[in-house]
Amino acid sequence: MYRYTEFDETFVRARVEEFRGQVERRLTGDLTEEEFKPLRLMNGLYLQLHAYMLRVAIPYGTLNSAQMRQLAMIAERWDKGYGHFTTRQNIQFNWPKLKDVPEMLQALADVGMHAIQTSGNCIRNVTADQFAGAATDEIEDPRPTAELIRQWSTDHPAFSYLPRKFKIAITGAPNDRAVTKAHDIGLRMVRQDGEVGYEVTVGGGLGRTPMIGRVVREFLPKADLLAYLEAILEVYNLAGRRDNKYKARIKILLHETGIETLRAQIEETYARKRRLLPEIDAALRAEIEAAFAPPAWDERPVPPLPAEAGLRSFLDMNVTAHKRADHAIVTVSLKPIGGTPGDATAEQMRVLADLAERYGYDELRISHAQNVVLPHVHRADLPALYATLCAAGLATANVGLISDIIACPGLDYCALATARSIPVAQGISEAFADLREQADIGPLQVKISGCINACGHHHVGHIGILGLDRAGVENYQITLGGDGTETAAIGSRTGPGFSAEEIVPAVERLVATYLSLRVGEEETFLEAYRRVGLEPFKTALYDVERADAA
Amino acid sequence: MSRPKPPKIATANDLLEGDVVYFTPEGTWSRTHEEAAVADTPEAAAELLDRASGRALEVVGVYLADATLAGGAPRPVHFREIARTRGPSNYPHGKQAEV
Repeated sequence: MYRYTEFDETFVRARVEEFRGQVERRLTGDLTEEEFKPLRLMNGLYLQLHAYMLRVAIPYGTLNSAQMRQLAMIAERWDKGYGHFTTRQNIQFNWPKLKDVPEMLQALADVGMHAIQTSGNCIRNVTADQFAGAATDEIEDPRPTAELIRQWSTDHPAFSYLPRKFKIAITGAPNDRAVTKAHDIGLRMVRQDGEVGYEVTVGGGLGRTPMIGRVVREFLPKADLLAYLEAILEVYNLAGRRDNKYKARIKILLHETGIETLRAQIEETYARKRRLLPEIDAALRAEIEAAFAPPAWDERPVPPLPAEAGLRSFLDMNVTAHKRADHAIVTVSLKPIGGTPGDATAEQMRVLADLAERYGYDELRISHAQNVVLPHVHRADLPALYATLCAAGLATANVGLISDIIACPGLDYCALATARSIPVAQGISEAFADLREQADIGPLQVKISGCINACGHHHVGHIGILGLDRAGVENYQITLGGDGTETAAIGSRTGPGFSAEEIVPAVERLVATYLSLRVGEEETFLEAYRRVGLEPFKTALYDVERADAA
Repeated sequence: MSRPKPPKIATANDLLEGDVVYFTPEGTWSRTHEEAAVADTPEAAAELLDRASGRALEVVGVYLADATLAGGAPRPVHFREIARTRGPSNYPHGKQAEV
């Protein structure tokens, strides 16, 4: 994986020292909160409901064992012994104290990490397919492109004060595991006439106005990527609305301008940029690509694996085929039954780091689904790895199932939230605690957001849940049929919301309805929904209520 | 006829620790909501906010929250503010750890 250059390290350490001075000036009163707030946000430091929160960037969700161990150390030394992995493939610490944050940033810098551009109206941490470099369906590894974008966008002077935050995601595979169509720019690697390039979508996004990205260019040569990205950003920077933060994302610009006009503006700017910007330096690209070269593969033969039931379930649910037949991709679920989605204790982080070092070529990934991935594990090591995960409480065999829930921190932590998310996730997880029952239900993505900003991706959940404040009471709206993959769709709202007490039984009724109408076990929830539509589910949700009231 | 306005308390987060704090009648910041100064009228609420904002160097984000005096001591009424008096519901890491 990519290692910091001297330039990177100098830059990050300078930012730490700069922030240390800013904190000191805030504590002495030389800076007011009004002056300090944008500075702390530029360094990933938020103020939440109960405490500060530090959001740390994990570029395209990739980290090594030393970095994971450092996150564990930070969690223990300056936080409360755990971290929360997010849908942005980042990690958040929920309890830092202001005076400690410069030391935390120093500790991050020691392992080539930082919290820069995890907030503010800038280009945020680029996200990517968590199976990059390992997937069987990959056209090309997207990480070199993600790293190139990281280098280009970090502290980019022209794009540090955009109308609003800006998110870029990339996938190298036709099966989109990076939710690219829900990002301001989505890049999908495609092949045209033997050449690999990018299909570019713009204007995707969730939040209060969810939109699926539109294709603005069907094929972009790799060498022209930065010129084209600069063209999009420049058009957006100039034309994006700054008068209303709720209408400031590029999706609104696209909506108001129209795809044809926006495309013409981008292409015109691109033509100018191409004259000004040279093609991406081949030597630089080669240097970055070399950093992501495959490891020296373990060539051991694969022995027959034990037939133990727990291991079999784990292999079925959490292990994915690797591009090499003798290896596998292991997804470690951070969704134990009744647990907080995305949380890992410091001890669990150390176990994961040890496993990566011992069995996984020192590589870890964070998925947008808030799980941890070991992208390259020799199949012979799967039983030993599974045993270690079991001992650490990390072997829940539920990836892609109903309890593998995405949930934002919600009103348990977030100052923007209007309702809690975590207890709803815990309640659903406990209601479907039986993993065999979950496996029978099959693939089903539940995504929960505690406010309209949609950090929990509820719009693209097969079952989406949005927590709101209705006259001082938590209320949960349900959407159905959302999809974050290559067949992306925004879910449809079923009707009136449910109270905190009613929401889990409502989800149970949805699942029972699906099981009663599916055409065989092979038809997934999403497929069944697309076949029958909203009505049977609405009946299950609301006719029960009417019957109870009668 | 408009409904009577509920009493108000002034709250913020401690600058250094981030903890939830409440402005007291003595003009200090307390981590205990029962010790909060209460304003019964809109005029008193404006004055309370003004006084609390004057001590803003020690805290971040001063604002007024609705409160009730049922039971004698002030306590917030909205579920968001009630959550701030306790901490998160998934771990005993907030104020509930001190109880």
